[in-house]
Amino acid sequence: MNSLILKTGARFLVPLMVLFSLFLLWRGHNLPGGGFIGGLFAATAFCLYAIAFTPAEARKIVIIDPRSISGLGVLFAITAGLIGLLSGQPFMTGVWLDIPTLDGPVGVGTPLIFDIGVYLVVIGFTLTTLLTLDEEPL
Amino acid sequence: MTMLLAVVSGFIMAAFAPWITPRIRPVAGWFYALLPAGLFAWFATFLPEVAAGNSTVHGVEWVPQIGVNLTFLIDGLSLTFALLITGIGTCVMAYAGGYMKEDPNIGRFFMSLNAFMAAMLGVVLSNNLISLFVFWELTSISSYMLIGFNHEDGESREAAIHALILTGMGGLAMLAGFLIIQHLTGTAELAEILGGAGAILDSGMYKPILLLVLAGAFTKSAQFPFHFWLPGAMQAPTPVSAYLHSATMVKAGVYLLARMHPVLGGTDLWMFLLTGVGTVTMLVGATISLMRTDVKQVLAGSTIMALGALVMLLGIGTEIALMAMSAFLVVHCLYKAALFMVAGAIDHGTGTRELALLGGLRSKMPMTFAGAVLAAISMAGLPPFIGFVGKELIYGALLEAPRMMIILIVSGIIANAFMVAVGGLLAINPFFGKLKETPTAAHEVPAMMWIGPALLGVVGLVFGLMTAADGNQISSHIVTPMTEAMMGMPPASGEVALWHGFNTALLLSIVTVAIGVAVWKFWWRLQPGFAALDGLFFSGEKAGYVKFVDGVMSFAGWQTRVMQSGYLRRYVMVMLAMIFLATMVPFFRGGAFAISAPVFDSPYYFYEVILCMVIIAGAIGTLMARHHLVLIISLGTVGYSVALLYVAFGAPDLAMTQFLVETLSVILVALILIRVPEFYGKMSKGSRMRDGLLAGGFGLAMMLIILALGQLEFSQHLTDFYAEASFAQAHGRNIVNVILVDFRGVDTMGEITVLATAGTGIYALLKLRASKKRDETREEGESA
Repeated sequence: MNSLILKTGARFLVPLMVLFSLFLLWRGHNLPGGGFIGGLFAATAFCLYAIAFTPAEARKIVIIDPRSISGLGVLFAITAGLIGLLSGQPFMTGVWLDIPTLDGPVGVGTPLIFDIGVYLVVIGFTLTTLLTLDEEPL
Repeated sequence: MTMLLAVVSGFIMAAFAPWITPRIRPVAGWFYALLPAGLFAWFATFLPEVAAGNSTVHGVEWVPQIGVNLTFLIDGLSLTFALLITGIGTCVMAYAGGYMKEDPNIGRFFMSLNAFMAAMLGVVLSNNLISLFVFWELTSISSYMLIGFNHEDGESREAAIHALILTGMGGLAMLAGFLIIQHLTGTAELAEILGGAGAILDSGMYKPILLLVLAGAFTKSAQFPFHFWLPGAMQAPTPVSAYLHSATMVKAGVYLLARMHPVLGGTDLWMFLLTGVGTVTMLVGATISLMRTDVKQVLAGSTIMALGALVMLLGIGTEIALMAMSAFLVVHCLYKAALFMVAGAIDHGTGTRELALLGGLRSKMPMTFAGAVLAAISMAGLPPFIGFVGKELIYGALLEAPRMMIILIVSGIIANAFMVAVGGLLAINPFFGKLKETPTAAHEVPAMMWIGPALLGVVGLVFGLMTAADGNQISSHIVTPMTEAMMGMPPASGEVALWHGFNTALLLSIVTVAIGVAVWKFWWRLQPGFAALDGLFFSGEKAGYVKFVDGVMSFAGWQTRVMQSGYLRRYVMVMLAMIFLATMVPFFRGGAFAISAPVFDSPYYFYEVILCMVIIAGAIGTLMARHHLVLIISLGTVGYSVALLYVAFGAPDLAMTQFLVETLSVILVALILIRVPEFYGKMSKGSRMRDGLLAGGFGLAMMLIILALGQLEFSQHLTDFYAEASFAQAHGRNIVNVILVDFRGVDTMGEITVLATAGTGIYALLKLRASKKRDETREEGESA
């Protein structure tokens, strides 16, 4: 689409949206958000870029092939489960660490790794579908 | 735990292989040989204990609720197999490093090869029937990856699929048999099942169990009439043929029969089936080996022959037959793996495998020649090699066979004579005589490739010489424990010795060698005659199988044409109608029609009313839209308003997801609709009425159900549990997210795997369509 307004807007909005999606991902465990929502948001951001410019440009800023992103996501999810297994408990048991911060100890655990995996898979799937649909003549 | 680690070490190595291998390409063979060598040494430490007659069980629990555990049994049978797998594995890994050095996909190759080794170890060591099945199927899958390694070649792909489907069908039947056994005996642990043999023999289920287990064993070990996948599997790179399709994987069926012998063996049915099928396979294999002129095909035929002989011996089932089977198993592994490696070395060094084109390589490939000679002499069964010992034992067993002795002896002589001929064909024809022109100028292969056959050939000689001594370790450490494991008690007689004196068996051996030499001498004239038998022994069965598969495919095609017309609205119609019937029929029959007033008295807010009106307006707009843009916007309106309703009812996560999914759906629909023509044509009044009725009825049904649901008592049980446990156990306050990634995490993992797979599928479908279109337009352009 050849709209200057859209192009300029996209250039500013896309990084902000990606940042926001990461924010949604990280706050998901205690406040509304999470991996699915964050992933959809990031995918929407890249779609906006693809519409404003071209799918090829969008692929360039995503850098990694979306199919590999979804594979990486599944890997993260399985690793999160395996960590539980390595500590002698059943697969997918949550393992938590308390990280000391200025505001007191903060819990970080394997569900976060799992959620990152979900995030990546959603981005990967959505971008694969949308970018390929945009590129190929039906 | 250590045993489990030993078995799965191959899987772990396989996981890293694609990254490591390209970086260590020149020494990859030596590197990968380290793991099997280490495992061989470790398993060898169990030899003294097994020789003393003890068997041990190791392992961990897996799913105890259904009796499935990762337990492993070390006794004579499993230990011998484990040593063979790791020992030959060492040679093959080194060999593969040299053979595949130039190949760009060498990482993938070693990944599958290591995975196979681990799976095979799991099969022979497993103490639990169900985990044995799991490892069995893993060998089928890794074999599929390895046979089809050159996936660009149509024949490789076809051979890989044939092997997979045949062994897969057999494996499924075998699982059924195992489950019946587990049901009868109450356990799936072999150590316990083997102790209480009577339960199965006495029950009425013996015949079905036997037939099911035999289906698995016969398909895996290429018995007649399932033998035809094995020559096809020669499409695989030669290291694969040397490892899987000669020495290890095809022996899995034989292992299964040997392992089940205490429980299923000894009956008339067992003896009849195994001896019969085994003997026929033996003869078929021997004939096939002389039909072809490609060295690997010759070896494939001889492998079928050996497998048939092993099954036949298991069928005879006398003590000496089982000892013969144990000895011949080791013998065959040693020489067959070596000969396959020689075949590959010849291919590598000269560029051809056709016997007609090979000659006089003795001077150019001396080390390969040495390995070939050592292995071939063992194959022909000449003293003092272990091959001679094995052959003598076989004849000894045949001479004492309780029934059909004459037929068995004649078959044995024919088959073994043909093996002598094959030995000559492989060791003499390519290496003696005049040096012939070959596609590549003949040169010796690197050390990684000739050291395997040479080593295995020397072992064959050393083992043979060892049996000359009294109380030798071949007997006490290998043959006797194996026989004991199969019989359930120590064998009474029994030494494996090199020299038994001038007896009938020796006479038979001499006759065999004489016939074999004659066949070898006149092979060039006999070969066309053998080749004419191709239809009977090979192509006939293969054609039958292909016809069966084609029949299944055409039925599937017909059924798909009937049920999947390709019209999207027809699918939606069927779905809506079915859901309508499935919900409304029980609804009315259950008398749930009464929806009382309280539902209509519940409080509502003005913004909810406005949102509902917007939703209805959007729906009407969708129906009446004349342009795609209006259609898309109306759809989007409905979606966003529903999301706002979620916000009104206090479900922020759900609302956010709905907003985002709606946005992406609108984009997706837009991308598709802009490529579709605007005007569809008019629909008939009848079909519009029909669609309207269906849609209206469906909407009504949904409304009734939701109203009825509002009547139900809502149990707070789950809400209370999650409200409490969410922070206390899962360190999170957002209950929805905590349920998704923690409490029901495995569900979510399944979902994202499905997502990833679906993404790949969509990509493939879109690209396929696009490339088809590109080909069509290109053809139009060319023909214009």
